[in-house]
Amino acid sequence: MAARKKPRLGVWKFSSCDGCQLTLLDCETELLAIADEIEIAYFLEATRREDKGRYDIALVEGSVTTPEEARKIRDVRRRSNLVLSVGACATTGGIQALRNFRDVKGFIDLVYAHPEYIDTLATSTAFADHIHVDFELRGCPPNKNQLLEVLSAYVAGRRPVVPTHSECMECKARGTVCVMVAQGTACMGPVTQAGCGNLCPSYDRGCYGCFGQKETPNTGSLAAWWREQLRMDGRDVRRRFSTYNANAPAFREESERHG
Amino acid sequence: MARTRTIKVDALARVEGEGSLRLRLKDGVIQQLEFGIFEPPRFFEAFLVGRDYSEAPDITARICGICPIAYQMGAINAMEDALDIQVPRPIRDLRRLIYCGEWIESHGLHVYMLHAPDFLGLADAIELAKVNRPLVEKALRLKQIGNEILAAVGGGRAIHPINLRVGGFYRAPTKQEIGALVEPLKWAVETSLETVRVVSAFEFPEVEQDYTFMALRHEDEYPIHEGRLITNRGDDFPVRDFEDHVDEEHVARSNALHGFMKARGAHHVGPMARYSLNHDRLGATARQAAAEAGLGPVITNPFHSIIVRSVEILQACEDALRLAENYEMPDRPFIEPEPRAAVGYGCTEAPRGICYHRYELAEDGAIKSARIIPPTAQNQKIIESDLWQVVERNLHLPDEDLKWRCEQAIRNYDPCISCATHFLKLEVERE
Repeated sequence: MAARKKPRLGVWKFSSCDGCQLTLLDCETELLAIADEIEIAYFLEATRREDKGRYDIALVEGSVTTPEEARKIRDVRRRSNLVLSVGACATTGGIQALRNFRDVKGFIDLVYAHPEYIDTLATSTAFADHIHVDFELRGCPPNKNQLLEVLSAYVAGRRPVVPTHSECMECKARGTVCVMVAQGTACMGPVTQAGCGNLCPSYDRGCYGCFGQKETPNTGSLAAWWREQLRMDGRDVRRRFSTYNANAPAFREESERHG
Repeated sequence: MARTRTIKVDALARVEGEGSLRLRLKDGVIQQLEFGIFEPPRFFEAFLVGRDYSEAPDITARICGICPIAYQMGAINAMEDALDIQVPRPIRDLRRLIYCGEWIESHGLHVYMLHAPDFLGLADAIELAKVNRPLVEKALRLKQIGNEILAAVGGGRAIHPINLRVGGFYRAPTKQEIGALVEPLKWAVETSLETVRVVSAFEFPEVEQDYTFMALRHEDEYPIHEGRLITNRGDDFPVRDFEDHVDEEHVARSNALHGFMKARGAHHVGPMARYSLNHDRLGATARQAAAEAGLGPVITNPFHSIIVRSVEILQACEDALRLAENYEMPDRPFIEPEPRAAVGYGCTEAPRGICYHRYELAEDGAIKSARIIPPTAQNQKIIESDLWQVVERNLHLPDEDLKWRCEQAIRNYDPCISCATHFLKLEVERE
């Protein structure tokens, strides 16, 4: 019997910190096994091999912040059977989406001496705002095990198993005492998607929402609780919803309610 | 007859981020050589304005997924400077330990996966694994131990760790959590010694420069997360004076500002600068390994940077081992900061060199202004001057080989373009 043809993988970077593609390189134990199963055809951070072909799977990290990137993601879509968005930038526009709330020209003037050299869009947006995306994996950064699950699932031809419930469920499952109830620490857990591995609450810290909004989040209720029980002011509430997933619809709307 | 050569690389590989090189030659003379950075700007300094001081470590971490600790620690040092906080020894030691983890992870990635393939004529580490799988497996394990330190101290993950805060840590790791690092680190010391031997056997292109090096200098340690700034030209000043000595300019070809010394022009930061200015601060094992690898106390050939990085991995493994073995939990994981109006300065040795932060705070702790000068921004001018030499000495090479040699020379700096802003396109034109 002829050997099964390896699926071809392309890894693409847009505006980002590189952390999501690094997550793949951080799979130290699994990396060589992955390379045995998948042909890593394009991965600029890892190889100088150039490739112009088609891909079975495209992993895309970062967000769209320039006209060139808006063109590039459409090209990746045309050349790929599956497009998987990885990380907070790819799925919501990331931290750089904070520009969406402000005057980007003012930002450029603040950072650069010659604003005329800078070619950028007024917004930072998720890939799904530009093309059809087959699966979105959350997290700033994503969880390595979830990334492996997504890759394995698509290689096997099934849907990935990635829960969309809240971070609170991870605390309950692990037996972590609720930091909000027990310590009065503001926590985004009730409205944030699980998946990080229950990190912040298990380190006596409130979740800061790096996995983005859970399915059907009740952000208004959480914000009201913070304001009543924790005496938080509007600015503090707004800051907490405006971080790494500031442009996620529920987070954006809630932050705008506390201007 | 005039001969024009044009060599073009649209995207430089095995660097963090997106950059380019344009090279135009006429009759073997360089007409134009520009190292450019087209990584889209992300405006961190602008959106830090109005945020709380306590948010800066996590926000600035997102500048770079490869060296988040450099940003977290730079911001923390600056905020603690502004708020007049001195942390006790156990917290200081934990910070050095996690920073060692970042050096091991970042240098391990660069030495084996990004740079070594150049010296071996291979496209990447996967090809290297086909030739020498045990070597790559060891390399991956070494890098993984760096990540294990990051996760053990940083709160469960290596990229954008969650446990660092202004004043200390959210929760101090237990003795057991840190103790678990000891045995892996013993193995890592041996493996990093072996790494120095492996890379020192490579063939090195000849390029020499009399660099102006700048690095941190500490009273008794190899510099990582604190110290004064010094150069090999006699400068010696505290971090808060950095902007008196270093400025940045905005050039059309780069979305990253170019840093330079006001009095001296281009300066070099990173492993070669650190090593050359702190050779006497290396531990005995690392100094011995460096000598056996043929390194003198000062490095002048940028291609030797891969050996220096390996020596630094060894140093970081030894430091980390000692810190892990002697770890005692602090009485309290952090000192509670009290906001006030002030300006604070911070600078640490990111894997790629000094990374400077300055923040101005309002009375309630809100950030009024922020300035961050990352290492790759400072090295851009030096990278260009290296490339002039590399090109001049290698004109005989066919275009494809010249292109590769240039890429290799750029990778000497492990440029982190995500940090500097971020895109590397390589274009060479010969007339």
